[in-house]
Amino acid sequence: MPAMLNGALMPDPSLPARLELTGITKRFPGVLANDHVGFSVRPGEIHALLGENGAGKSTLVKMIYGIMQPDEGEIRWNGQRITVANPKAARKLGIGMVFQHFSLFEAMTVLENIALGMDANIPARELESRIVAVMGQYGLKLEPHRIVSTLSVGERQRIEIVRALLLNPKLLIMDEPTSVLTPQEVEQLFVVLRKLASEGCSILYISHKLHEIKALCDTATILRGGKLVDTCDPKVETSRSMAEKMIGGSLKDIQRAEGRAFGAEKLRVKNLSLRADGPFGTALKNITFNVRAGEIFGIAGVAGNGQNALLLALSGEEPNIDPAAVTVNAVEVGCMEVRARRQQGFASVPEERNGHAAVPVFSLSDNAILTARDRLGMVRAGLIDARAARTYAGEVIEAFSVKATGPGAMAESLSGGNLQKYIMGREILQKPQVLVVSQPTWGVDAGAAASIHQALVDLAATGSAIVVISQDLDELLSLCDTLAVINGGRLSMPTKVSEAKIDEIGLLMGGIHGETSPSEIEKVAHAH
Amino acid sequence: MRIKLEKRREPSMVMLVATPVASVILTMLIGLVVFDLIGINGFKAVVDIFLSPILVSYKWGDVALKAAPLIIIALGLSVGNRAQVWNIGAEGQYVIGALCAAGVGVAFGATGGFFVVLLMVIAGIIGGGLWGAIPALLRTRFNVNEILSSLMLTYVALQVLSYLVGGPWKDPNGRNFPATAPLAPSQTLPVWPGSTVHLGVLVALILPFVFWVIMSRSEFGYQVRVVGSSPVAARHGGFDAKRTIWASLIISGAMAGLAGTLEFTGVLHKIDLGFPSGYGFTAIIVAFLGRLNPIGCLIAGTVLAVTYVGGQMAQTSVHIPNSTAGIFQAMMLFFILASDILVRYRIRVIPSVKAVAQ
Repeated sequence: MPAMLNGALMPDPSLPARLELTGITKRFPGVLANDHVGFSVRPGEIHALLGENGAGKSTLVKMIYGIMQPDEGEIRWNGQRITVANPKAARKLGIGMVFQHFSLFEAMTVLENIALGMDANIPARELESRIVAVMGQYGLKLEPHRIVSTLSVGERQRIEIVRALLLNPKLLIMDEPTSVLTPQEVEQLFVVLRKLASEGCSILYISHKLHEIKALCDTATILRGGKLVDTCDPKVETSRSMAEKMIGGSLKDIQRAEGRAFGAEKLRVKNLSLRADGPFGTALKNITFNVRAGEIFGIAGVAGNGQNALLLALSGEEPNIDPAAVTVNAVEVGCMEVRARRQQGFASVPEERNGHAAVPVFSLSDNAILTARDRLGMVRAGLIDARAARTYAGEVIEAFSVKATGPGAMAESLSGGNLQKYIMGREILQKPQVLVVSQPTWGVDAGAAASIHQALVDLAATGSAIVVISQDLDELLSLCDTLAVINGGRLSMPTKVSEAKIDEIGLLMGGIHGETSPSEIEKVAHAH
Repeated sequence: MRIKLEKRREPSMVMLVATPVASVILTMLIGLVVFDLIGINGFKAVVDIFLSPILVSYKWGDVALKAAPLIIIALGLSVGNRAQVWNIGAEGQYVIGALCAAGVGVAFGATGGFFVVLLMVIAGIIGGGLWGAIPALLRTRFNVNEILSSLMLTYVALQVLSYLVGGPWKDPNGRNFPATAPLAPSQTLPVWPGSTVHLGVLVALILPFVFWVIMSRSEFGYQVRVVGSSPVAARHGGFDAKRTIWASLIISGAMAGLAGTLEFTGVLHKIDLGFPSGYGFTAIIVAFLGRLNPIGCLIAGTVLAVTYVGGQMAQTSVHIPNSTAGIFQAMMLFFILASDILVRYRIRVIPSVKAVAQ
């Protein structure tokens, strides 16, 4: 039996736990996703479910929310053994869930989106008054008649939260809720969650951000490889001790030489603009920054603020009309296409691994040809040197400890973290003069993330200039020398990380997409 | 119990080869049953269509002559299909290629020797390529679907054909039949002594190996495969999707034009209203039956040619219409497309799970 809750934490042992799981097991072909997992959540408790990607957190909550059924084990709800047949049954019991990926219709209003998600058919007028009441109760600011496409990610999340709260949940499951929020939005979310908990609603909070769990949660259940590792009190543990339980080993810090000096300017971006791609795309407006040899330049920002467009404009996938917009090693590459830029020593890793950085149905060796063929001479007289590609793919696999059957393995057969290590390795071993990476550790486990971070630091130490575009502010603060924030396609003034203030960065990230001003709300309210 | 499709970790090589073979066998079986049901000797019909042309040696030449254009056109089409460019207007490119060759023949008249044949072949390749370039232009410039434009251009090509052979290029000594003047014997393709097998058959035997090298070893072949399987990744790798569309449509057009020219200079020696024979459409089946692999196209082209010749044989032996061969060819395409999913997926039968006890 896995460790149960520490008795001392229970305020009233006679009161049954809100949710109690015992011996939950779920098998998928070839994988044991959950192996006899058990824990319990008291009424009003904020309980963290902690683990790396693939640890089995999502599978577990999907069973609680009725999306899947466990193969073994039992679920108890207020002491009663239950079977959650489907999400509708879960909602009926009082289980609400806010997913990491929102299911909202961009072209519809907040009210319409909430109405669509309700099981019961409630008249629009009544629903609106209930929404306003719930929002007032928890201090959630949201205008029911705004069109979703005009809302920020934080505001969109509030729709999902309101949708869940309308059902008066007794247990609210939050799946990685802060991954797309600014620090200020995270604070606001925590206020709401604490208020909910104080009213007796239990919260199951899934995350891998340890400082958040320390700040918010009463109890943490840590999963690794489908098994329960520990149930502990995050206020007592340190972030490091929880991280080590999570990865099952000791965590490596980034090793970097002290007192590094930066060299000559390697990358200069000057007044780079790009028109928006489609109605929901973001245009780039006069982006300007410089990166010197040995410098790691971070670009923070909430998703959808022009990060993808910036990567495409830098890599040459969207060439510019102004040759001076991008300069690599004093060569103006603004008008050049991808291939020519690579030959000038430029390399990039886009956010999406499958289908952008790599071809899923190609072998790793064939994927090496995709970006390394010119710099490493894999093509001679129009013919591909398959042996050179295979050798290089083998070197990358070896140097970055990629778990794969070999250079012949299909890219799609690798796990996300391993494919990311391979792609990063494929670019880094080409020793680029300038490397631009987007979300380098997105969906990558902590061990792999640490080795990717170390590889970037090592590459910078050899005199390359590196740009890291990431939504993970912690990552940027620990990795970068200089930091700027992208918002609505504009880049803020760069600041030294050592002098950066989290609040200011957070405000920049919120930018014009932040709170709706009170006067604006009033205006809309009067219109109705 | 339910049946579920489960993604394979990697594409099955066994299925890649087994599904085309199974498609041919299944076509034979279904043909057998259906013919028996409608009162025709199904066994005899299937044997005649699929086996007799192979078993009787005097039909081999016919099979080779029919296979050559199918193989050559299918090679070009498989390049495009790999890049997800769907040229279904090969029939039109075949006709235009042959007409360009005929134009060279008309211009030189009976004068000139073998070099005229060479010029005709070059003209045919260029003509077919240019006809294939029209859908490329429409697609890359105006985003017009090449499936529609290439097919519609086939009918334009047929009109051009009937205009030319009925008007300006009509043979003055041809008793007013709409046909071009026959080529002088010095301007036709050399023929294997004692048979009708022309030099084009040799070309059809060599080209698959050339294409195999291009598709599997060259950077161009890589480009075509990347653009076809993942256009965004192709752009990231520095490959231009538009250039790939141009190249694959021009190559498939040029191959169709070459096939038309070889048919004209090697077999028919003149062009009349019956020149379009449907090779351009049948080659689509060849390309898929051959799994878009050049060597596969060589084998599949031969199989389809067998059904053409066999269809003619069955016409006399079991008195079924010649178009029966077309039904069989369509059935093969149907089965190959339907079984395609087995390469990437496996079928799993899942026994029903008992409901979780309350």
